[in-house]
Amino acid sequence: MTGSASIERRLTVLLAGVAALLSILSWGMVTGLARQAAERTQDNVLAASATAIAETLRSEQGEVRLELPYSAFSMLGAISEDRVFYRVATGEALLTGYADLPVPAISPPAQGRVVFDTGDYRGAQVRMASVMRQVLAGGAPVSVTVTVAQTRNGIRAIAGELSQLAAMLSVAFFVVAVTLSAVAARTSLRPLNEIAQAVSRRGPNDLRPLRRAAPAELAPLMTALNRLMERLGQSLRRSEDFIVEAAHRVRTPLATVRAQAEIALRSVEDETEKQRLRRMIRAVDESSRSAGQLLDHATVAYRAEDLARDLIDLADLAAQTADALAPTAAMKDIEIRLETVPATVRGDAVLLENALRNVLDNAIKYSAEDTTVTLRVRRPTDTEARIEVIDQGPGLGTGPVEQLTERFRRGQNTQGIVGSGLGLTIAEDVIRAHGGRLELGQGPDGRGACVTLVFLLA
Amino acid sequence: MRHTGFSFGLNAVVIWLCGLCLWATAAVALEIEDHRHYPGTGDRVLRIVSTADLEVFEPYLLYFHAAHPALSIDYTVVSSAELHRAIRDGRAFDLALSSAMDLQFQLANDGFAQSYRSSATEALPDWARWRDLIFAFTTEPAVVVISTERFEGLPLPATRQELITVLRDNPDWFQGAVGTYDVRNSGLGYLFATQEARSTDAYWRLSEVMGRLDPQLYCCSRQMIDDVAEGRLALAYNVLGSYAAERLAQDSGGRMRILRMQDFTNVMLRTAIIPAGAVEVEAAGQMIDALLLVGLRQEPDIWPLPPLRATAEGESAGFGPIRMGPALMVYLDPLNRRAFLEEWENALEQR
Ligand SMILES: Nc1ncnc2c1ncn2[C@@H]1O[C@H](COP(=O)(O)OP(=O)(O)OP(=O)(O)O)[C@@H](O)[C@H]1O
Ligand SMILES: [Mg+2]
Repeated sequence: MTGSASIERRLTVLLAGVAALLSILSWGMVTGLARQAAERTQDNVLAASATAIAETLRSEQGEVRLELPYSAFSMLGAISEDRVFYRVATGEALLTGYADLPVPAISPPAQGRVVFDTGDYRGAQVRMASVMRQVLAGGAPVSVTVTVAQTRNGIRAIAGELSQLAAMLSVAFFVVAVTLSAVAARTSLRPLNEIAQAVSRRGPNDLRPLRRAAPAELAPLMTALNRLMERLGQSLRRSEDFIVEAAHRVRTPLATVRAQAEIALRSVEDETEKQRLRRMIRAVDESSRSAGQLLDHATVAYRAEDLARDLIDLADLAAQTADALAPTAAMKDIEIRLETVPATVRGDAVLLENALRNVLDNAIKYSAEDTTVTLRVRRPTDTEARIEVIDQGPGLGTGPVEQLTERFRRGQNTQGIVGSGLGLTIAEDVIRAHGGRLELGQGPDGRGACVTLVFLLA
Repeated sequence: MRHTGFSFGLNAVVIWLCGLCLWATAAVALEIEDHRHYPGTGDRVLRIVSTADLEVFEPYLLYFHAAHPALSIDYTVVSSAELHRAIRDGRAFDLALSSAMDLQFQLANDGFAQSYRSSATEALPDWARWRDLIFAFTTEPAVVVISTERFEGLPLPATRQELITVLRDNPDWFQGAVGTYDVRNSGLGYLFATQEARSTDAYWRLSEVMGRLDPQLYCCSRQMIDDVAEGRLALAYNVLGSYAAERLAQDSGGRMRILRMQDFTNVMLRTAIIPAGAVEVEAAGQMIDALLLVGLRQEPDIWPLPPLRATAEGESAGFGPIRMGPALMVYLDPLNRRAFLEEWENALEQR
C-alpha cells in the first residue's frame, strides 16, 4: 500500500508525545514542590529555633541575659546533618555566637517577626532565620536580634531524592501511557480494519451492501462504499442486460441467415460455391454458438448475485443432463455411461445444469466416434461431492490447463470443432458461486480428459 | 592541677565577642602532656594529636605502624581543650583524636575538619558518624569507681538515688574522700556533667551532697583512679570506664571496684577528625580506617579501649551514646557555659 504513515503509528506517537510532555511536566512540578517543601520545613525549624532562643532573653541587673535552650539546636540536628551557626546581638554588639555571621536585615523592625535570608558563610550556602525582640535592660528597651543559620545540604539531599523518585515514577507513567496509547490506537482503528477485511473477504461478484455496526465516524465511509457498490452492481447488470439483449438480437437473424444458406447450398451445383456456402454456415454456427454461450454466461453472472439454495440431487442432475445430450452423443455413436450415488447439495438447478451440460458437451465434442463418456457422481468424504466427466478423447493438451477456464480461451485441438471458449468459464463460475471448485485433469489410464465439479458440503 | 585556659570569666566572653578569628592570632604555646615519635623507614610523618594517654593508646599506634612501617608517627597527648585550641589555631596536625565529642563536633561544624570517605566509614552506624567529618571509634561509659577498703560494710549503690543516700548517711566516711572532675578545666568532665544535668534531675542533688563533703576536683580520670586505687579516695564519680577497666586489669589486688549507675549512664564517643590543614591526609585516612576496623571488631578484647556498640555491655536499660549533632554546641556557648559553671560552683564549692 502506498501513502502517508499509518494512522495507528501516528496516533500512538502523538499520544506518546503528550504522555512524555505530561511526564516531564509532572516531574518538574514534583521536583519544584519537593524543594519548596524541604525549604519550608527547614525555614520552619530555623524559625522555631530562633524563636526558642529569643524566648530565653531576659534582663538581669541591667544586663541582657539568655540561655541557649538545648531543644533549639537538637531540633536542627533532627532534620538533617547540617552545620549550624548562630548569633545573638544587640545592635552591633555581639552577645554570643559567631560574630561574622551575616544577618538578614529586619525592616521594618517588628517584634517577634521571623525574617529569612540565604547567604554564604564559611564556604557553604546557609539559610538564616532572624527574629528581633526587645528587652528592658537598665530601664531602656534594647532590641536583641537572634539569628540561627543552617547549611542546606540536607534539604538538597531530600529534594534530590524526591526528584529522583519523581523521575522514576514519570518514566513508569510514560511507559504505561505509551503501551495504553498503542492499545487505544489499535482499538479505535479496529472497526476500520474489520470493514476492510469484510470487503476483501467478499467474492469477486458479491456487491451486496455492507451491513454492520460501525462507529459514527465511519458511517460516511460505509455509505459511500455501499453507494459505490450499488452503482457498480447497476452498471454490471446493465452491461449484462445489454449482452443478453445483443445475443438475442444476433441469434434470430443468424438463424435466418443459416436457413437461407442451407437452402442455397442445396440448390448450388458449383463445388467452389458449395465450399463457400459451407464456410459461411460454419461461421454462422460459430457466431450463434458464441451468442448462446454469452447469453448463458450473462445468466450465470446474473443468477449468482442472488443464488438460489434449492436441494438438488447430483445423481438426478447427471441423469437429466445426460438425457439432454443423448441425441448429440448418438450422432457420434458415443455411449454416455452413468455411475451415480445420491448426493444432495444446495444450489441453483438452472446454473448447475448449465455447467454440467458444458462439461459433458466438451467431452462429447472433443472425443472420437464410437467411444464412451463416463458421468460419475461420488462422495469420497463427508464434506465433498464430485461429478466427474471422463472421456476417451485427446485430453486437455500439454499447455497449462488453468488457462482453459479463461474467457474465450480455446485449446489447440479445436480444428473444425465449433466453440466459443466460454464453456469451461461458465462451468467454473457456476461451481465457484456454489463454493466449490473445478478440477481439470487426465482420464484414469492417462488417456482422455477428466473434468470434475467439486462441491464442498457444509 | 593544670589550668587549660578555659577560664570563663567575663574576660573570656569579651574575647569571644571580639570574634572567632582571634583564636588564630592568640596562639599560645601548646601544653603537651606526653609525646612519642615512632620513626619509620620513609620520610612521611603522620602527626597525631590526641587526648588518649599512651598507656592505653600505644597498642593502636604499634598496630598501625606495623601495617605501615614506612610511615613515621608523631603522637602528641594534650587535654581536650588544648586539642580544640590547637586545631582552631591551625597547628600542623594530620589527625585529631579526642574524647570531648562536643569540642570535636564544634570543630567539624565550624569548618576546621575535612571530609573523608572510605568503605570503613560507610560501614559505621549513623550515630557514630556525622557528615563524613567526624568518626567515632569507641563507645566509653562514665562510671563510678570505689575503693573496696573504704566502702567496707556499706551497701553498694546502683543508682544515683542510692549513691546520694549512702553519701548523706555517712558524711564522716566520705569527708574529703569523694573525687570528681573539675568541669572548669576538663572538657570531658564538662561534657559528662552537662549531659547528665540534662538527662537526670538527680545530678544536681548529687552535686550538692558531694559539695557538702569537700570534694576533690581533678583534671583527668587517671589521677582520680590512682587515688582510689591507693585509698586516698573512697569514691570517684564520673570516671572514664575504659581507663578504670584498664587499671583494674593491670593491678587489681581487689582494692578497687567499678560501679555502673543503673538509672542513667553517659556513654561518650571517642572521635577522630582530619583537620582542615592536614598534610598527610591519606595516611590519616588509613589510620581512621584502622581505628574503625578495631572499633567495629567482633573478636574478644585484646584492645584497651572498648569497641563501638550502640548499647554498652552488661547494660540493662540500654542507654545510647551521646547524640552527635548541633545540640552538643549548646553547652559550649560561653553564656550557657558561664551559667552552668556558676550553678556547678554553687553546688560543689560550699565552703
Ligand atoms: N473433454 C475435452 N477434451 C479435450 N479438450 C477439451 C475438453 N474440454 C475442453 N477442452 C479444451 O478446452 C478448451 C476450452 O473449452 P471450452 O468448453 O471453454 O471452449 P470450447 O469448447 O472451445 O467452446 P464452447 O464455448 O463452445 O464450449 C477447448 O477449446 C478444448 O481445447
Ligand atoms: Mg465447450
